Amino acid sequence: MKLTRLTAVLCASVAMPAMATELEVTHWWTSGGEAAAVAELAKAFDASGDKWVDGAIAGGGGTARPIMISRITGGDPMGATQFNHGQQALELVEAGLMLDLTDVAEANNWKEIVFPPSLLDACTVDGRIYCAPVNIHSPEWLWLSNKVYEDIGIPVPTNWDEFVASAPQVREAGKIPLALGDQPWQSNLAFGAMQIAVAGLDAWKAVNVDKNMDVAAGPEYAKVFAAAASARELAKGSNVQDWNQATNLVITDQAAGQIMGDWAQGEFQVAQEVAGTDYTCLPGLGLNEYISTGGDAFYFPKVDDPEKEAAQKRLAALLVTPEVQVAFNLKKGSLPIRGDVDLAAANDCMKKGLEILAGGNIVPSGDMVWSADVQKQAEDLMVEFWKSDMAPEEAHTKWVEILKSGL
Amino acid sequence: MSVTSEAERGRITSADRPRAGWRRNISAKIAAIPMIATTLVVFVGGTIWTVVYSFTDSKLLPRLRWVGLDQYDRLWSNSRWLVSIENLLFYGVMSLIFTVVMGFILAVLMDQKIRYEDTFRTIMLYPFALSFIVTGLVWQWILNPDFGVQGIVRSWGWESFTFDPLHSPETVLYGLLIAGLWQGTGFVMCLMLAGLRGIDEDIWKAARVDGIPTWKTYVVVIIPMMRAVFVTTLVIVASGIIRLYDLVVAMTSGGPGGNASQVPAMYVYDYMFQAQNLGQGFAASTMMLLSVLIVLIPWAYLEFGGKKHG
Repeated sequence: MKLTRLTAVLCASVAMPAMATELEVTHWWTSGGEAAAVAELAKAFDASGDKWVDGAIAGGGGTARPIMISRITGGDPMGATQFNHGQQALELVEAGLMLDLTDVAEANNWKEIVFPPSLLDACTVDGRIYCAPVNIHSPEWLWLSNKVYEDIGIPVPTNWDEFVASAPQVREAGKIPLALGDQPWQSNLAFGAMQIAVAGLDAWKAVNVDKNMDVAAGPEYAKVFAAAASARELAKGSNVQDWNQATNLVITDQAAGQIMGDWAQGEFQVAQEVAGTDYTCLPGLGLNEYISTGGDAFYFPKVDDPEKEAAQKRLAALLVTPEVQVAFNLKKGSLPIRGDVDLAAANDCMKKGLEILAGGNIVPSGDMVWSADVQKQAEDLMVEFWKSDMAPEEAHTKWVEILKSGL
Repeated sequence: MSVTSEAERGRITSADRPRAGWRRNISAKIAAIPMIATTLVVFVGGTIWTVVYSFTDSKLLPRLRWVGLDQYDRLWSNSRWLVSIENLLFYGVMSLIFTVVMGFILAVLMDQKIRYEDTFRTIMLYPFALSFIVTGLVWQWILNPDFGVQGIVRSWGWESFTFDPLHSPETVLYGLLIAGLWQGTGFVMCLMLAGLRGIDEDIWKAARVDGIPTWKTYVVVIIPMMRAVFVTTLVIVASGIIRLYDLVVAMTSGGPGGNASQVPAMYVYDYMFQAQNLGQGFAASTMMLLSVLIVLIPWAYLEFGGKKHG
């Protein structure tokens, strides 16, 4: 981490003395596909006459965000920075550290073109717009290996219930039913996906949007915890750390399935697997085809230099243009933030996502509805729950307590 | 830490001296002003600021909205924090006993007027020159079942050999301990060796004349004489244990099985920066400060207050 900080400082010192239209952009996109996607943004920005100074921070959002925040609060702001849209940067906006983009949004008609509109809502504080959304990622996907089921001689499950029912046969064949890595956020992601799938949309909205704690403590959510407890059994034996190692268990047919976000399809693509024949994807775990619309957005910290500020606004406008959206999202494997662009090159799974998006079967992401504090506590709880023998009822009670702390 | 104690030492000894006006050693005092100011502003000021803000509901940015002991209530009912404390206690006790015992035995062996002592001392002290991050990464590879010890022994033909401490919640703390001991024992050995060299040669001669066996001389004569060295060693090792962080991050990041190797410093970092809850992180770091003080105050008392008796 010291090294990345050093790199960031070096980048900053490089950016300082040069022309004002150089913008340093910090982000945590460092894997192969992600870097290729960022290169598209840089190319477009450079072509428009400005200069993109890349400030990639390795180690994922959990490592990168503290560095970004301390640079902004410490008086060394970058030109632009990635955050997941939602509450991560809310306090920075409230403290007046972020550039107001409302005039850019109005000039470019963002209100009309950004789809779903909840993305722009997540960028809005007190009626002003502070970020430019760039993509949509949804975590509620079940990825299945077709070959595992062919070998056993049963059809590939079409939803979570069938998947659970088929698990004993998978075990008998000596395979792991559910691959789950050790990184804390993975347990939390799996639980989040089960929330919408098992509890259903109404209960989900009551808890996460209307913050109805009676529903959170109620029977619908008891079912979610029971389902998570059974999933915990299915995940026994997958001793891997990173999410892509877990995905690799599915790709190499050692595990039958994995609950992971749509970024997992990048791994299948790299392994030259074909959606539908080699692997199957089930959005919403096949039960409730809803996806949450998390994703990434760019925020622009306030700077004193008017020329730089003009460049920030040019970059904000550029990120939302159709050409950049298509080029970026095809490389990234994520969905574009506007419904009017053509993604003909998208694969089957991406198309499924686009259909769900077009049909409006979407919910806000956890980052939009809960503070980072609540999310971290829930993550801690999920780690403990998935990796121990904690009773589902006990986890349920603790979970409701955590949500209450965020009201 | 060492800065504060140096400053304290300076203050106390100058107070003990007969007063000769503030002009005495004036240039030395002027030279010390930047250091004293740094100590007061950065260490003491920062500490007080942290403690004060641990009673607020500060989130991403510090703000003075009092919530009393709420942060501490939440901290002590959080199971991750409690597990961290348990882990640290286990690691701390084991690490303290083993570094001191092994460090002392190595120092005694080193003190037998052996040939190439300098070489051995350098070898033993080398791990201490590495940061915990490097130590952690090196040992993560050594203990990796596919590439490390287990893999090598298996490649020699002992196919059933199993040595994989880092991937089981029951043994992961021992894995950390191995790396911690490897790093810290050499340093303790050097401290002990310095203490042994400080023992007057005449005492050894007297013991030999009286026909006391060597091991008994160590236990009943030398060790009690080395009390100050032992206390200093304990304090340095113990305060190092309390802020244990980088070794865990490099070797296990708190896992496996979720919380098996969590430590308090990781909780502080995660809640201050990832959860954007400064209040909670400050409360946890105040508890860590408290435990450092519990170690430090008796030591300061023994070192400075106990001079009249000893």
